[in-house]
Amino acid sequence: MASTLGKPTIEHTNPLARTLLEKLDYDQLTNCMRCGFCLPACPTFKETGMEPASPRGRIALMKAAVDGLMVPDQQFEDQMNLCLGCRACEPACPADVKYGQLIEQTKEAIEEHAKHSLPVKVMRKTIFRTLFPKRGAMKLLGGSLAFYQKSGLQKVAKSTGMMKLFPDHLAEMEGILPPASSKGVVERLGEFYPAKGEAIAKVAMFRGCIMDVMFANTNVNTVELLSAAGFDVYIPKSQVCCGALHAHSGEMNDARELAAVNIDTFKSLNVDYIVSNAGGCGAILVEYDHLMKDDQKYSENAAWFASRVIDVSTLVVEKGRIPRFDQKIASSDQQKVKVTYQDSCHLRNVMKGSSAPRTLMKQIENAEYIEMVESDSCCGSAGVYNVVQPEMAGTILEHKMEYANQTAASYMLTSNPGCLLQMKLGIEKHKPEQPMTAMHIVDFLHERMIFSK
Amino acid sequence: MLNEVLAKQLREIVGEKYFRTDQEALVAHSYDGTPMLQALPDGVIYPETTEQVCEIMKIASASLIPIITRGSGSNLCGGTTPLQGGIVMVMHRMNKILEIDMENLTATVQPGAITGKFIAHVEGMGLFYPPDPSSMKISTIGGNIAECSGGLRGLKYGTTKDYVLGLTAVLPNGSVIHTGGKLTKDVAGYDLTKLLVGSEGTLAVITEAILKLIPQPKTKKTMIAMYKDIYGAARTVSKIIKGQIIPATLEILDNTTIRVVDDFAKIGLPLDMAAILIIEQDGEPEMVERDIDTIFNICKEEQADRIEIAATREEAEKLLTARRSAFTALARLRPTTILEDATVPRSKIADMILRTNAIAQKHNVNIATFGHAGDGNLHPTATTDARDHEEVHRVEEAFAEIFEAAIELGGTITGEHGVGVVKAPYLEWKVGAAGIEVMKGIKVAFDPLNILNPGKVFAKETKKRVVIQHG
Ligand SMILES: Cc1cc2nc3c(=O)[nH]c(=O)nc-3n(C[C@H](O)[C@H](O)[C@H](O)COP(=O)(O)OP(=O)(O)OC[C@H]3O[C@@H](n4cnc5c(N)ncnc54)[C@H](O)[C@@H]3O)c2cc1C
Ligand code: SF4
Ligand code: SF4
Repeated sequence: MASTLGKPTIEHTNPLARTLLEKLDYDQLTNCMRCGFCLPACPTFKETGMEPASPRGRIALMKAAVDGLMVPDQQFEDQMNLCLGCRACEPACPADVKYGQLIEQTKEAIEEHAKHSLPVKVMRKTIFRTLFPKRGAMKLLGGSLAFYQKSGLQKVAKSTGMMKLFPDHLAEMEGILPPASSKGVVERLGEFYPAKGEAIAKVAMFRGCIMDVMFANTNVNTVELLSAAGFDVYIPKSQVCCGALHAHSGEMNDARELAAVNIDTFKSLNVDYIVSNAGGCGAILVEYDHLMKDDQKYSENAAWFASRVIDVSTLVVEKGRIPRFDQKIASSDQQKVKVTYQDSCHLRNVMKGSSAPRTLMKQIENAEYIEMVESDSCCGSAGVYNVVQPEMAGTILEHKMEYANQTAASYMLTSNPGCLLQMKLGIEKHKPEQPMTAMHIVDFLHERMIFSK
Repeated sequence: MLNEVLAKQLREIVGEKYFRTDQEALVAHSYDGTPMLQALPDGVIYPETTEQVCEIMKIASASLIPIITRGSGSNLCGGTTPLQGGIVMVMHRMNKILEIDMENLTATVQPGAITGKFIAHVEGMGLFYPPDPSSMKISTIGGNIAECSGGLRGLKYGTTKDYVLGLTAVLPNGSVIHTGGKLTKDVAGYDLTKLLVGSEGTLAVITEAILKLIPQPKTKKTMIAMYKDIYGAARTVSKIIKGQIIPATLEILDNTTIRVVDDFAKIGLPLDMAAILIIEQDGEPEMVERDIDTIFNICKEEQADRIEIAATREEAEKLLTARRSAFTALARLRPTTILEDATVPRSKIADMILRTNAIAQKHNVNIATFGHAGDGNLHPTATTDARDHEEVHRVEEAFAEIFEAAIELGGTITGEHGVGVVKAPYLEWKVGAAGIEVMKGIKVAFDPLNILNPGKVFAKETKKRVVIQHG
């Protein structure tokens, strides 16, 4: 792209418009040529049929706010918040408009002006400042969640109808949470796990915060899969949360602080690849260079970091020795077990990792891979989206489950914890015609891995 | 213009949700695919049935409110920009495929149906709807009809106008007309169907269309030929047609486009070529083989530097990627992409490309040219930056000269994108003063109050023809 002519000089009286003018990348706004090619990719447009709920519409609203054609009001904020951030619009765009950056900048501007009510403020602060960044706090939460689940309290809560006091969608989510654990992958495997056979490369595992509490088994399985595929795996203890949820909610400074710690941690290990098994985390990790571009101290190392980030499936397929997988227990009528897959938007649209998971699923003996209609379209989970936008998330999920049902698959695989929970919720709520189990692809593969002795 | 009483009436027709006057809706319908053009409407309405459209038109007529019908807003001529305010009528909710008639080989569809989806549906039934504008993933059948869109298959199969058999349309006064039908032969009176095709939303609102379907061709074969001499490419095009072979696709990319495409798609195109032809033939296997053979020989005779025939469908797709990524690659070059649409007789393609290059150079602007060589429909495409007013002015000057050159070579100012507001000042160059008068008469007959898409097609003033400066 040729060099820029910069932003317009406008004296906005509206404070949010002022901040938008300051934060938004005006070049990207100009790059959008309003061709509309992004419209069919967008789930919120598909559901509403309304131009403002499309990428082209949202970009037009951003530009209109900056240009002074409109004053950004509550409706403006609501429309921006309705965006899932799934970024399906980006690969569809001929002009390569960086929509993800635009929506992040917009949300950051909105956040700066948010007049959150006190309880919301306190909750946000607890979640973003205390819970996610701190391993200890996350573990504590994992521990108490485990206690809650194991102690029978959960049953009590359910049977007494206590959960009914919460909004429906929270109650629903509660029901499908997996057993949490206070013991993460490092506690179980240590900080290093060697390759089976000759080592192809030295990789470091990004364990994630939610992943390591709610899906610690998946993390352990990831390490074993990587080892079987020929990688020496490091799991540095000093890594922190990726910052994705902060960034998507407009808390950019917090996101940058977290990124700095991660960059320092992984740089000191000098690994060939940084492996992620959660699309949502991977997508921000792979864009740390963009996140830190204005930070002179970190920009170079951030680029080093970002260039090494890779999803576990892609690494195994493209650089590793693919292990053998066999579906041992075929179903009674001798038919192959049917498997389908829901893309993680961030893995697909940002990390460009949609083919490797499919390659792996097709490698499993005695299993049949079935592509689901619109598997590339967001499931409605999108970070905390299903919690803050339950209505839209619910409609999207309902349509998703119709397609899931059509596959007649027994397994619904995913590559991201949020999507996994959403698919579990979908199966629970909409009961496909045949029994269906949602699983992380790594767990599914791990269960079927034939260890060559 | 829109008072509360009217708003209430409109809401009663379509339902609370589907008439909007909020800021967000107005801003989001203030533009279309046309660069550097924006104007706010007073309201946005989403009808669901022909009856609702009638009711809306009655109110619009009674209160003299402009109605701008809109499909997906992908047009490039300002066709849906509400320049004089009024109500934008979005056809998205009327998107059903009502019938596929296997006995008559026709389809009956609502105007908001997305063309790409419709084509996929029809192909799933073993049939073929040829008009395939590059925007078909988003554009609607209604928009295609109103612009008379064409595509890569235009040479052999014609454009939208060749596939519209009948229409249901609502006139500005709210009455409904039915034109044509499932008939191949029909000469009862003036051909209003043809008149509405390409009418750009200025005569009536199309609410249903009967389309012609044809059997699917059995096979397809694709080849690419590269030339150091652009006249070699042009002569190839003429010779193919003269040899009475009509390829399904016959596309050209000029040197500037080749460079940009290769830089983007990295498919190893030779950068020293003046032009590339992409040729596809479909039909019965023996005929396809024979045609491709003959075309191959013509390319050789005309000194093509390299000729490749795709052995498999995948390879063919790779070749077509070059053509398809032309627009994408150009769009990424600079912030603002102005895709234009001049058409010349196919024997004049080389001259037109060379004239375009000279004009671009003279005005010091970047213009690449690609397009449908087979039907002479070229897309000179400027890459610029809307914020650089001085450069944009030079681009506009260059385009005026390009249209002038097209007309001088016996061509026209638009082959498929329509007149809208962008080409309106040039229309008289093509159709003459008498032509404009007849067209204005037709407009008055349909829309005496001038409420349908006002300000489009007819300009207040015709642009003066540019005096080409020599030397
Ligand atoms: C990247 C790109 C590539 C393109 N490629 C091509 C191409 O290859 N060939 C081509 O011909 N065009 C092309 N176009 C132009 C455009 O896509 C076509 O003109 C298309 O037909 C517009 O369809 P739409 O549904 O978006 O209509 P809109 O843009 O919404 O409307 C177009 C016109 O139709 C009128 N209209 C819409 N619906 C109705 C209705 N129901 N009744 C009456 N009037 C109506 C509108 O008032 C307007 O004047 C391209 C555009 C882009 C952005
Ligand atoms: S596809 Fe890209 S350029 Fe086109 S409207 Fe969407 S964001 Fe804008
Ligand atoms: S990120 Fe997803 S929801 Fe948001 S505009 Fe893009 S496609 Fe639509």
